[in-house]
Amino acid sequence: MNLLLMVSFSSIAGGIHHWLVSNIASELLAKVIEMVIAGVALLLFLVPLCFVLGYMERKVAGFMQMRYGPNRVGPYGSLQIVADTVKLLMKEGLTPTGSDKFLFNLAPVIVVVTCMLVIAPIAFAKDFQLWDINIGVLYVSAISSLAVIGILMAGWSSYNKYSLLGAMRSGAQIVSYELSVGLSLISIVILTGSLKMSDIVMSQETGWWIFRGHLPVLISFVIFVIASTAEINRAPFDLAEAEQELTAGFHTEYAGMKFAMFLLAEYINLFVVSAIAATLFLGGWMPFHIGHWEAFNHIMDYVPSSLWFLSKTFFVIFIIMQFRWTFPRLRVDQLLTLEWKYLLPISMVNTILVTVMAIMGWHF
Amino acid sequence: MFLTEYFRTVYKGVRSLLIGMKTTGYYFTHARKEIKTEEYPDNRATLTMFDRFKGEVTMPHDDNNEHRCTGCQACEIACPNGTIKIITKQELQPDGKKKKAIDTFVYHLELCTLCNMCVTACPSDAIKMGQSFEHSVYDKKQLKKVLNKPGSKIMEGVE
Repeated sequence: MNLLLMVSFSSIAGGIHHWLVSNIASELLAKVIEMVIAGVALLLFLVPLCFVLGYMERKVAGFMQMRYGPNRVGPYGSLQIVADTVKLLMKEGLTPTGSDKFLFNLAPVIVVVTCMLVIAPIAFAKDFQLWDINIGVLYVSAISSLAVIGILMAGWSSYNKYSLLGAMRSGAQIVSYELSVGLSLISIVILTGSLKMSDIVMSQETGWWIFRGHLPVLISFVIFVIASTAEINRAPFDLAEAEQELTAGFHTEYAGMKFAMFLLAEYINLFVVSAIAATLFLGGWMPFHIGHWEAFNHIMDYVPSSLWFLSKTFFVIFIIMQFRWTFPRLRVDQLLTLEWKYLLPISMVNTILVTVMAIMGWHF
Repeated sequence: MFLTEYFRTVYKGVRSLLIGMKTTGYYFTHARKEIKTEEYPDNRATLTMFDRFKGEVTMPHDDNNEHRCTGCQACEIACPNGTIKIITKQELQPDGKKKKAIDTFVYHLELCTLCNMCVTACPSDAIKMGQSFEHSVYDKKQLKKVLNKPGSKIMEGVE
């Protein structure tokens, strides 16, 4: 039992690092091998995660609409997503005539790559992080807005009016919702005084920001969740995809594996956004601590940090999924009204409140 | 004035969204009780259809193999697409008079849209909508049905 507690992700990573450094003469080669291992580990984590999220989404949707969801393939339908993936692998990767073939094939890659880039500064467990840069939050907000390029590329190169309309909508949507996401991230940066992800997590040792920051941080958490739901193009903000109006929006023309990559990107984005919300507002891998209850805090410390991180992330993922199956979709003008008339002014005032709170030291 | 209106909108919006989330959250947490799905081929033994479900036109017969159809052909006239064909005969009564009665009540299920107009047109409640719905067959001819059972006759007192 004691041994089991000693093994953590950071010790595994540290062990691999020491082994590589001591056994491989060339420093560059060791670094390259380390990067390859990290990339493969990330893929091995993300692809099964997308299976889990796909299954979870369909089950959540089913239960919220008073039906079962998938329940035929495998126990409780758990192999349904595997069956769907095999089907997508078998399908022909069609490139329509008249499309810009290079951009058309490049777009899904760009979408997946951008959403995987955002994962780099996320702390999965204690001392277990791919890249702890000192501008973590800035990096996240900068890279996550790049995803729209892939979507625009897909819509533009498809040679299809629905795809183009979807892509244009996506552009308008990301440009506007980026602001609210940025402002709500800034409120945590103000309180922490650092853009570094590990500093932000460490600052929540005595309590998560959502509890310590009173109402303003709660408001910015809500705004972050709403705006990032819009940023990752999920219903009720799925205007870029818009099954109801634009068949499938920007990925109308895609089939087979290229389509599957858009799906993969959607779920990775969902995970990334939830992970960032969990890191900034819910304490990342930090266990749940209550003030001076030493015994309680000590018991909480025994739960592995990766488990804390994943459970918080899945909590936010569940909320975003519940949004999808509860709220009605917005029209384009309603979407922009919500951002420019409600979310942006509120988050601006909220930023001032947070700043005053941070200067006066009113938070716990 | 503007600000109060603004905050009222925000409050109303947030409140209605929370009510929606409460509803779906209830469905999610009480899934076992709330799920309405009928797992049809599996639950065939226990499946019960609703009273108002219209599966096919049937003619109920009682224990003495008697039906209530007088052969008035009101249903045949009411039917919008010629689903019902009634072949009548003249039956000799004990008192020597002749009376109209049905020989065969032909019902073409393949033409029927289950609009219920024949049932409402019937003056003597002889036909009813049945609950059975598994009608698929390989040959169209099997869908032509004779509703009155062989050897059946009209019930006493139905005119």
